[in-house]
Amino acid sequence: MKVEHKCKILEKTMLNDSAVSMVLEVGDMVKTSFKHPGQFVHVKCGDGLLLRRPISVCSCAVGSPSDTLRIVFEERGEGTKWLSNRPAGHPLDVMGLLGNGFPMKKEGRYLLVGGGIGVPPMLGCAQFPDQKATAILGFRSKEKVMLLDEFEAVCEKVLPATDDGSFGYHGFVDALVKQELEQDTHYDAVLACGPKPMLRNVAKVAEAFGVPCLVSMEERMGCGVGACLVCACDMNDGSRKHVCKDGPVFDAKEVDWNA
Amino acid sequence: MPNVDLQVNLAGMTMKNPVVVASGTFGFGREYGQFFDLSELGGICAKGLTLHRREGNPAPRIAETPMGILNSVGLQNPGVDAFIASELPFLRQYDVKVIANISGNTPEEYGIMCEKLADAGVDMIEVNISCPNVKAGGLAYGTRPELAAEVTKVAKAHAGSVPVMVKLSPNVTDITEIAKAVADAGADALSLINTLRGMRIDVMSNRPVLKMNTGGLSGPAVLPVAVRMVWEVANAVKLPILGMGGVSKGEDAVQLMLAGASAVAVGTALFADPYTPLTVRDGLAEIAHRKGLSAVSQLTGGVNPW
Ligand SMILES: Cc1cc2nc3c(=O)[nH]c(=O)nc-3n(C[C@H](O)[C@H](O)[C@H](O)COP(=O)(O)OP(=O)(O)OC[C@H]3O[C@@H](n4cnc5c(N)ncnc54)[C@H](O)[C@@H]3O)c2cc1C
Ligand SMILES: Cc1cc2nc3c(=O)[nH]c(=O)nc-3n(C[C@H](O)[C@H](O)[C@H](O)COP(=O)(O)O)c2cc1C
Ligand code: FES
Repeated sequence: MKVEHKCKILEKTMLNDSAVSMVLEVGDMVKTSFKHPGQFVHVKCGDGLLLRRPISVCSCAVGSPSDTLRIVFEERGEGTKWLSNRPAGHPLDVMGLLGNGFPMKKEGRYLLVGGGIGVPPMLGCAQFPDQKATAILGFRSKEKVMLLDEFEAVCEKVLPATDDGSFGYHGFVDALVKQELEQDTHYDAVLACGPKPMLRNVAKVAEAFGVPCLVSMEERMGCGVGACLVCACDMNDGSRKHVCKDGPVFDAKEVDWNA
Repeated sequence: MPNVDLQVNLAGMTMKNPVVVASGTFGFGREYGQFFDLSELGGICAKGLTLHRREGNPAPRIAETPMGILNSVGLQNPGVDAFIASELPFLRQYDVKVIANISGNTPEEYGIMCEKLADAGVDMIEVNISCPNVKAGGLAYGTRPELAAEVTKVAKAHAGSVPVMVKLSPNVTDITEIAKAVADAGADALSLINTLRGMRIDVMSNRPVLKMNTGGLSGPAVLPVAVRMVWEVANAVKLPILGMGGVSKGEDAVQLMLAGASAVAVGTALFADPYTPLTVRDGLAEIAHRKGLSAVSQLTGGVNPW
């Protein structure tokens, strides 16, 4: 992991009315600290805000003279607002790559599940294995759909869903996960990123079919590296692990979903 | 690097430079050790230890405030024995002073921990009587002179030749009262300030951001409070002081030293930039040089009050 005080924003695009996609030049960050898809970076959002903001890696590539990394985010508060106003060409202070990501194998076959702003990190997961993955992607409505073409380019099958039925399957992703696993349980694991209630429901379905399930958790962070212990995640055995260092990906069976 | 002697002495413990990292913000050094060589630091105050393992408080444990943060970690740690077995040997690979930080529920617990840590050979023991997060005990010791004195005596009696530094809480009416009680009880040094109690409320949900409702404030917002308290304590007692609270650059560290600190600790500022302790060290040396000093230790107590 390292701090690149001056990452150049190479490209900035809107994926829908709210999701900003940024491609960054990050020095040798990917070369030196890539472990698995699903890691995150800790981004400084201006001088007025003390804490960095954690954002998942959507995809990344080793390159020369510089590695590149793509993030996708939505404006939520002050920090992401500052970030969304940064134009292409400007520098960003980025720390990364942090956390462990999804422990994927090249030869594995995966069922990927993303919800809302949890969709982008699954793209990196879709691009990683040699065997094409299946992706189930949930959005609030048709206006919020993003990255579909890019998933279709690398996946065996892409199943979109919207909460209001304006695009794809009408309903939540856990129902689609159930449909898929009823037909085919030959997945090495279900990998999921999205809001906590979604993760809990997906984990329940995966467990019912006996398929391992890994989930990417969110928590408020300080250091982002495991030193300050603020990003606690309650585990089933009563212990508290740390999202930034032990996660952000956890085995769904280890997480205390009632906390 | 300007030609200024960086070495300082804190209660008989010599450090190659006056920059320490604050307890609870640096874990046991492993994480930030991936960014720079830990031997660059003067000292490391390790994460606060308790006699037994603690899981700490539920999340959210952090809230951002104007130029500060609130935390309610609640002393999550693996326990003093695990520290001695697994963390101390790691820290000992580096040329850096190791300061263990302890919190107890009873004076006896402080005594047991001091004995174990003295046997294990830490360089100094920092006695936390001020952590505002733990309902049982913590706060009470730091806010009542007679209790603070009692804990200090027990710690001293069990620490052998290892110097004992007592960490003071700013959440008191008169910090000099506690400082005097602790000094009279035999403390070798004082560190201050710990976090100030605070609260942040989410105005849409009406809920406090922290699950524990309140937490400890740290970061640049508290620097002026720290400078004032170090100054007051330095005037009230003869003990050497490790000053901390909001340090993020050389000038902040110089202020604390002019107010009376012999060394300074960097905490919250690490979260924005892991290299802060090194830039503080270099900034400190640069300012000392500009002031025409040959050693940074000459800064200590140099304030010229009106
Ligand atoms: C591992 C991880 C990966 C993430 N990946 C993405 C991503 O790819 N795209 C994206 O849009 N968002 C992502 N998030 C959420 C993102 O971190 C928050 O939306 C962002 O921190 C909000 O900051 P703000 O200043 O805009 O909001 P504010 O509400 O003003 O932030 C106040 C404080 O709360 C923290 N905070 C607020 N919401 C969250 C949250 N959901 N998770 C963690 N901290 C929060 C902020 O970091 C800040 O410290 C991720 C979070 C985590 C933990
Ligand atoms: C996340 C966090 C955890 C802390 N944990 C401890 C602790 O375990 N023991 C202790 O004595 N102080 C603890 N502190 C207080 C710091 O050591 C320091 O006194 C305080 O944060 C002021 O310095 P700063 O503004 O540079 O952070 C903690 C502070 C923070 C922010
Ligand atoms: S954010 Fe500091 S330990 Fe996770």
